[in-house]
Amino acid sequence: MSKGADIELIEVTKRYGAALAVESVSLKIPAGTYCCLLGPSGCGKTTTLRMMAGHESITEGDIRLGPTVVTDLPPAKRGTAMMFQSYALFPHLDTVDNVAFSLKMKGVDKASRRAKAMEMLKLVQMDHLAERRPAQLSGGQQQRVALARALITDPQVLLLDEPLSALDPFLKIKVRQELKKLQLQLGISFIHVTHSQEEAMALSDLVVVMNGGRIEQAGTPREVFNRPATAFVARFMGDHNVIAGRVTAIGGDEVTFEVPGGASFRAPAAPGLEPGAPVEIAVRTDRVTLGAGAMLGCGLTGLVQNIEYHGQKVQVALAAPGVAEFAVQVPETAFFAAPLSVGDAVPLAWTPQDVHILKASPAA
Amino acid sequence: MTLYRIAPYLQAAPLTLILAAFLVLPIATIVMVSFWDYDSIQIFPDFVFTNYEETITSPVTWRTYLNTLKYTVIVWAVTLLVGFWVAYYLAFHIRSATMQMVLFLVCTIPFLTSNIIRMISWIPFLGRNGLLNQSLMTMGLIDQPLEFLLFSDFAVVLAMVHLYTLFMVTPIFNTLMRIDRALIEAARDAGANAFQILTNVILPLAKPGIAIGSIFVVTLVMGDFITVRFMSGGQSASVGLMMANQIALLQYPAAAANAVILLVLVLLLVAAILRIVNIRKEL
Repeated sequence: MSKGADIELIEVTKRYGAALAVESVSLKIPAGTYCCLLGPSGCGKTTTLRMMAGHESITEGDIRLGPTVVTDLPPAKRGTAMMFQSYALFPHLDTVDNVAFSLKMKGVDKASRRAKAMEMLKLVQMDHLAERRPAQLSGGQQQRVALARALITDPQVLLLDEPLSALDPFLKIKVRQELKKLQLQLGISFIHVTHSQEEAMALSDLVVVMNGGRIEQAGTPREVFNRPATAFVARFMGDHNVIAGRVTAIGGDEVTFEVPGGASFRAPAAPGLEPGAPVEIAVRTDRVTLGAGAMLGCGLTGLVQNIEYHGQKVQVALAAPGVAEFAVQVPETAFFAAPLSVGDAVPLAWTPQDVHILKASPAA
Repeated sequence: MTLYRIAPYLQAAPLTLILAAFLVLPIATIVMVSFWDYDSIQIFPDFVFTNYEETITSPVTWRTYLNTLKYTVIVWAVTLLVGFWVAYYLAFHIRSATMQMVLFLVCTIPFLTSNIIRMISWIPFLGRNGLLNQSLMTMGLIDQPLEFLLFSDFAVVLAMVHLYTLFMVTPIFNTLMRIDRALIEAARDAGANAFQILTNVILPLAKPGIAIGSIFVVTLVMGDFITVRFMSGGQSASVGLMMANQIALLQYPAAAANAVILLVLVLLLVAAILRIVNIRKEL
């Protein structure tokens, strides 16, 4: 197996006519990283991946793989391999010939290319179905064959376009563990496009959250979850409450801000916050507690709108003036010690340490 | 409920009746008549093999069949080449679906006029003093009119290609449109160049369309008599033309025997095509 290589995007922009799909994205993915490009549909994540693969031309900027600028190279000359969303297995070829396809294109003779393909099929535990056609394989099996076909080119970076989206939930979890294991075993970078934050957090060393063709935040899953850069990231990662308002007063290392409904909240001071400036904070839903006794500016009273039982936790959605959505995760035992019902007015509290200031989104 | 039990038969009945009346019955009649006897003025119900014997043992028949097969092979090859080319261009080089539909309809426009009119319109173009010869002579490219242009095998093949190429374009275009574009990208990702993509991915996947188009063209050319009559100026023969002549001479049993032989031959050709390509997934 080849050693992995760093991949770097430098101010990469993609335009379709007047429409901007990806806007000056810069990103460095070190060798041997499991990187997830995460975002809602249309955020530019797949376009970014396809530009790395060479299936989409780059309007401006450069992509570098290791020491080579690959911006204008054809896909097969880049050292990348792509696994397609629908797997794109050739329906007229059996499993071995699908995997051996790139070797056939290189002119490798039949016996040795089939032997190499069988090796790759062993790696993904598919050698027992070598004679089958794609139509005779299940989704999970097709996925493995597609993986073997991508890996046979000995890529330095494997690009995966929503590889798990066609699998059922249980298989998804199993396959994603296998993907992670394979990535560690091969030591090359996997770049994985997904719209599931759960998948991204479970797999990645590096999560890149994209929105509107720009990177909102790139970091480890823990960083991105605990310190979301923007309100978009906080909302997209989930389990965060976002409160937006305008600064009314600054005192010491704290600011006070007011939401449209009139309620006031406290937030730690940050550069750029002056009276009248817009401010957004995030508070994790599991850090909010039910019950009175909130410090001034670190609590509110909400009307229970919806209660969802999640097993370990109970998710309570509330409405409060000036706050668009507010949710609290209560541990199961605590919730059933003092059950709530829809329509109840509940006081909520959090501590100043749980307040995280959000920056303005680059896409906005 | 008896209605439940007969309902499926009732649903199948209209098609069964149509096929029985317009396909099975005429063929059965032809087969029956092919065993009848005839003289110069009438035909008699009988059971004789003389019609088949005379047809099979006559060298004229063999020559005519070979000539028909020659037209079939040439027209098949040319329509396949042109048809695949056109379909490939429409399916892979025209990006917008609207433009694809518009251009496809443009391909079908010649079919708004009758076969015969389209065929005859070649005559003033290709004739001895036709448009093409006059233009070439005026341009000084040739001194004498090109004789092979009209009333020749060339003219027959040209007219047949003109008439039948669309039957190749349509099914091939249909299969090409069904090819997942991700397959092309996957092939490119695996290092295939444009020619390798064509031979390793597109052609194998277009086989069912090619087979269906080939069946259309082969059956149409094998049964053709009007194109051969008009475009060869009576200098070439085809099986269809031979039958038309026999009918004109009231030799119905001989024509019927010929028809049965042609039918068997065409069915064998179709069976051979289906042996090579599995078209079930297309239908």
